[in-house]
Amino acid sequence: MTAFRSSDPLTRRRLSNFRANRRGYWSFWAFLVLFLVTLPAELIANDKPLLVRYDGGLYAPFLVAYPETAFDGDFETEADYRDPFVQDLIAGKDGWIVWPLIPYSYRTINYDLPTPAPSPPTAENWLGTDDQGRDVAARLIYGFRISVLFGLALTLASSVIGIAAGAVQGYYGGWIDLLAQRALEVWGGVPVLYILIILASVIIPSFWTLLGLMVLFSWTALVGLVRAEFLRTRNFDYVRAARALGVTDRVIMARHVLPNAMVSTLTFLPFILNGSVTTLTALDFLGFGLPPGSPSLGELLNQGRNNLQAPWLGFSGFVVVAAMLSLLTFIGEAVRDAFDPRKMPS
Amino acid sequence: MPELLKADGVRVRFRTSGLVNALLKGIADPYIDAVMRVSFGLRQGETFGLVGESGSGKTTLGRAIIGLARAQEGSIAFEGQELVGLKDAQYRGVRRNIAMMFQDPIASLSPRKTVRNAIAEPFRIHGIAKDLGEEARRLLRLVGLHEGFLGAYPHQLSGGQARRVGVARALALEPRVIIADEPTAGLDVSVQGEILNLMNRLQRELGLSYLIITHNLPVVRHVSDRLAIMYLGRFVETGATKDIFAKPAHPYTLGLLAAVPEPDPDKRRDKLELEGEIPSLMNRPRGCEFHTRCPFAQAKCRETAPEHRKVAEGRWASCHYPFPDPADARPVGPAAA
Repeated sequence: MTAFRSSDPLTRRRLSNFRANRRGYWSFWAFLVLFLVTLPAELIANDKPLLVRYDGGLYAPFLVAYPETAFDGDFETEADYRDPFVQDLIAGKDGWIVWPLIPYSYRTINYDLPTPAPSPPTAENWLGTDDQGRDVAARLIYGFRISVLFGLALTLASSVIGIAAGAVQGYYGGWIDLLAQRALEVWGGVPVLYILIILASVIIPSFWTLLGLMVLFSWTALVGLVRAEFLRTRNFDYVRAARALGVTDRVIMARHVLPNAMVSTLTFLPFILNGSVTTLTALDFLGFGLPPGSPSLGELLNQGRNNLQAPWLGFSGFVVVAAMLSLLTFIGEAVRDAFDPRKMPS
Repeated sequence: MPELLKADGVRVRFRTSGLVNALLKGIADPYIDAVMRVSFGLRQGETFGLVGESGSGKTTLGRAIIGLARAQEGSIAFEGQELVGLKDAQYRGVRRNIAMMFQDPIASLSPRKTVRNAIAEPFRIHGIAKDLGEEARRLLRLVGLHEGFLGAYPHQLSGGQARRVGVARALALEPRVIIADEPTAGLDVSVQGEILNLMNRLQRELGLSYLIITHNLPVVRHVSDRLAIMYLGRFVETGATKDIFAKPAHPYTLGLLAAVPEPDPDKRRDKLELEGEIPSLMNRPRGCEFHTRCPFAQAKCRETAPEHRKVAEGRWASCHYPFPDPADARPVGPAAA
């Protein structure tokens, strides 16, 4: 009886299989650390200080926009803390400023560069600046975050839609399945890139509209897989037993069939995430992605191509993209191992 | 005594090919009849056995009653309420009264649900708010399982344990009728005995009626009051179990009985060996459908199909030449008929 009380042995076996893939296991932790570090990017790379002490009061400029007049300046607009004038004002009243690690945001333009932009790495701009004088390190941090978040959102949205569509097709089968499959084939024949290019010339996509547009075409990825699992499972005895008990179709799909279809689906998710990130980078590279000025890895790569005399642009962009995609692929392999029923933990 | 469950002329058909295909290939009738107009009644507290070879339609008939297969013709009534043609939502009430135990006990439990969840599920479906944990423990006690099994997953159970869980789940809503599809399949003989004794005990304690679907003749002999022998979706013989075993009226029944190994060499009957395979449902023989394998077949058997007619008190058979009045051969036992 003791074996029954502890946590599910299957889950334990999967975890140990995941751990057994050392490369994937450490990639997972490396990716998690990178993600958690870049998630609060405003605390790491920002042109607004984390904390300001002025005239006995404490200010948190990265959260709240204080007018310059708060520091006895001249303007009603938000204080520019990088301005030596403002810094002198604060220092003048026994104040001090705590800056983030990188005192640049992704859109901060460094006006006093030693050389014309793009300028090479210096102690001030660790990875140099891009062709508009913006700090590359800051843009990479923000770019990594937006890529991962976009990838996760796209993966989540397209998985939810794809799993639901595949479940309905596979569970009901027959005409529903037949018609939906043909519709999918037609939909899959639409040239996605051209549609995006055409749409990008009509509207300038924001993060959310771009996400919506991409979901429109990427939700089909999982349909076939989930449909096949449901087709296989729907005539199993336990599904029949549930039906004989009077369980509704929706509940059978969600509680009886889906948990068994999830194994093969989960194996795919890291690779779909990988594909989503790649697609976003490619679109940004072509200039049909996120709105201009967004911190995007694809846009950085494009700058690298246009400024071959400034190799720090291309190199830093390449390293970050390659590292991110490799980590995701390694994680995906470990997930695949974890759910492989034939693989016993060593 | 009124019949709790009554089937009358039930017919279940399956389509064998798409309608378009059927038209193109000129198949006039793209259907097979898995169950061909059968009628029977199940009384309160009674056990009715459905016996037949694989593919004889016995499981399909069980599924038609619980609503998993659709009966195209005839009527199935539970306490006078017609079940054929009911919508899923309306069927739910019926399913509180009729429960089904499935053939493969492990496969009929969702692999990712614990025993506790599997047993508690019926209460949740029917919106019966009870202390589910307590109910699950009570049901496990009822079927003789330790409550340590509550957290177990199906793959951790043995066949006999999974079967007991299946019984517990079938009993959850206190049904009046339990349809047991091969209740002893995949169990070794001692466990078979335990399960059958458990079912017998529950019948006495709870006043259940059973419809037992099996090809295992010793099992139906042990538990059922009356039985029906099925062949190609039809009843070929019905009657009290004791009478049928004592003196079968239909040659097919005789063949089935002869196929059961007899441990006592002195008691061995004259063997009647059935030759050949059960014919395909797509290509039913003309006349009496058993004539292709019947050692006693006559010219008439090849031409006209026999009615399912009364051959003695409480006995029916579909044969032109049934064995001489079986009731004469020996006194009729205390049959339920």
